Amino acid sequence: MNNRFLTANQQKMKRKNFIILGTLVVLILITFVISMNTGVIKLTPLEVIRTLFGQGDAQQQLILFEFRLPRIVIAVLVGMGLAVSGAVLQGISRNALADPGILGINAGAGLAVMLFISFFPSTKAAPVYLLPVLAFIGSGLTAIIIYTLSYKRHEGITPMRLILTGVAVAAGISSAMIVLTLRLTPENYQFVATWLAGSIWGSNWRFVLSLLPWLIVLLPFVYAKSRVLNILNLGEITAVGLGASIEKERRWLLAASVGLAGASVSVSGGIGFVGLVAPHLARQLVGAKHQFLLPASALLGGLLVLLADTIGRSILEPSEIPAGIVVAVLGAPYFLYLLARLKE
Amino acid sequence: MAMSAEGLEKLQELQRRSYPIRAIVALIIGIIGLMFAIGLSISFGAADISLGMVWQAVFNFSSELTEHQIIREIRLPRVLGAALVGSAFAVAGAIMQGMTRNPLADSGLLGLNAGAAFMLAICFAFFPGLPYMYLIMWSFAGAGLGVVIVYGIGSLSKGGLTPMRLVLAGAAVSALLGALGEGIALHYRIGQDLAFWYAGGVSGTKWSHLQILSPWLLAAMIGALILSRSITLLSLGEEIAIGLGQRTGVIKIWGMIIVLILAGAAVSVVGAVGFVGLIVPHLTRYIVGHDYRWIISCSLVYGALLVVLADFIARNINAPYEAPIGALIAFIGVPFFLYLARKGGKEL
Repeated sequence: MNNRFLTANQQKMKRKNFIILGTLVVLILITFVISMNTGVIKLTPLEVIRTLFGQGDAQQQLILFEFRLPRIVIAVLVGMGLAVSGAVLQGISRNALADPGILGINAGAGLAVMLFISFFPSTKAAPVYLLPVLAFIGSGLTAIIIYTLSYKRHEGITPMRLILTGVAVAAGISSAMIVLTLRLTPENYQFVATWLAGSIWGSNWRFVLSLLPWLIVLLPFVYAKSRVLNILNLGEITAVGLGASIEKERRWLLAASVGLAGASVSVSGGIGFVGLVAPHLARQLVGAKHQFLLPASALLGGLLVLLADTIGRSILEPSEIPAGIVVAVLGAPYFLYLLARLKE
Repeated sequence: MAMSAEGLEKLQELQRRSYPIRAIVALIIGIIGLMFAIGLSISFGAADISLGMVWQAVFNFSSELTEHQIIREIRLPRVLGAALVGSAFAVAGAIMQGMTRNPLADSGLLGLNAGAAFMLAICFAFFPGLPYMYLIMWSFAGAGLGVVIVYGIGSLSKGGLTPMRLVLAGAAVSALLGALGEGIALHYRIGQDLAFWYAGGVSGTKWSHLQILSPWLLAAMIGALILSRSITLLSLGEEIAIGLGQRTGVIKIWGMIIVLILAGAAVSVVGAVGFVGLIVPHLTRYIVGHDYRWIISCSLVYGALLVVLADFIARNINAPYEAPIGALIAFIGVPFFLYLARKGGKEL
């Protein structure tokens, strides 16, 4: 009866959502410009544009292309990866608390790094570029362990069991890390702690290259599964009724989510709050449909981490605050505000 | 009164699913086990002391004997500290799980641990060399800060303090305070000192600490037992509890105060030993059913037992070095928790 009314309404929603996504892109660009303009040597927006088109002097080129730009790109990519990972986890587990941190993926990566530092006590001598690989292996293994432990024949994986298992495994890994922590030398401890707190330390193009393929493959894959995520969100019984082969879909999505988080964490360390807060914000802005939720989460995540890294670099110059800490300090109060304002 | 009818039905269901006889047996076994563990813990160590000597030292103290001195001044406060802390964590966990109806609720979740860590970071950074006693006090205050923020935001919200909101607020406040503490720790390079404090366990417990903490802890535990019936009703769901004539707001506030005292004091002594509050209530719920009168009293005993044993193992596994007690409990706790998770994890 009111079919036409509905579609008109939906169209309006759609337009609104596109505007929101566009605004987020613009905000990222603005932050990019601000980020270029902060630091020991500042580049004005005009200089940035000139340098981008090959008109800057050698020093400007060096700063832009070798230091600032890779770091900015990494910050945005990491934020996207973590946020989408969180959005997918929240979708498949139907648990608003799910994020890569809760599922022990950060902890797994952290343990791998910690072991590495323990075996190569001098961080300077050790091949540091191996860290992302190790972190990735750590988080992947953790995910496999969690999946295996929470898998039951005939029942598959229930969201609750997945979260419970994740929490338990994460706690186990954390305690193993405490034991290792106490044996580290103070310098190595500082390095590990900074890494774990989520600092964008791998700031050159090599790390961009190690991260980018994961996002190029996994983000479109996840996006293509938006409809499945919408269905999974409706709840088990409805989903079975609609004919989605839940277990298989969930396994693929979980793997994709781990891949995204693992790759991101390997470059940035444990930036924990993005996976929780970005999807929540996105849901406030564009609603629960994953066709919009996923891109909005990605953009918000990218914006959040870029903003955090920019602030962290400039607030206590010349020492840096890890982006992960700034993310939490920025994100948590806003999240609390949302929580207090929201009706259940 | 449809609500009441449903409530009564739930209540009957609950009574069917609670096992008082099992609970009494578990309680007796637990107390005997605890006594034995305490004796064992006192008599083993760098200087082995016979159980008979332990008995004498406690009930027939003579200050000339070195063994008696060791027992009185080092081992006894330590083992009592472990027992108190264990009970406190376990009872706090049980109350939180019952009140929030969330099987994952523990002190880490409500911002307690992060608050304590944050305050300790401030103390270590700005007031280095603060005496142990003051550190405990500040860490306690930090735990309180965490809870007050979480609880405040939860109750300021439209629609009140739902379990989900509480948990979300807890996660956010933990992230915030945790990040601030971490930032301070990194900037002032005191992270490892904090880690040592947190891994320190109960080894530094002295009579003077116990004197300050134990009245609070004992009062809070008695309060928990008094409140336990109401918590059972609350665990059936807010509406049902109201339908059965409970003043849920009052119960929640008292519950929170008790949790704050218990977990705050425990965190300030041993650091973030999260698994006790998570695992012991699960275990006891599995044994005694869903009546919180039994869950809380059994948690009290088994929490103490768990931490006393863990401390005992931590001291002796790699003597003369001590293993971090939190890590040790996790080694016992994780497999057990995984087993519970496999069994369903929805028994609340």
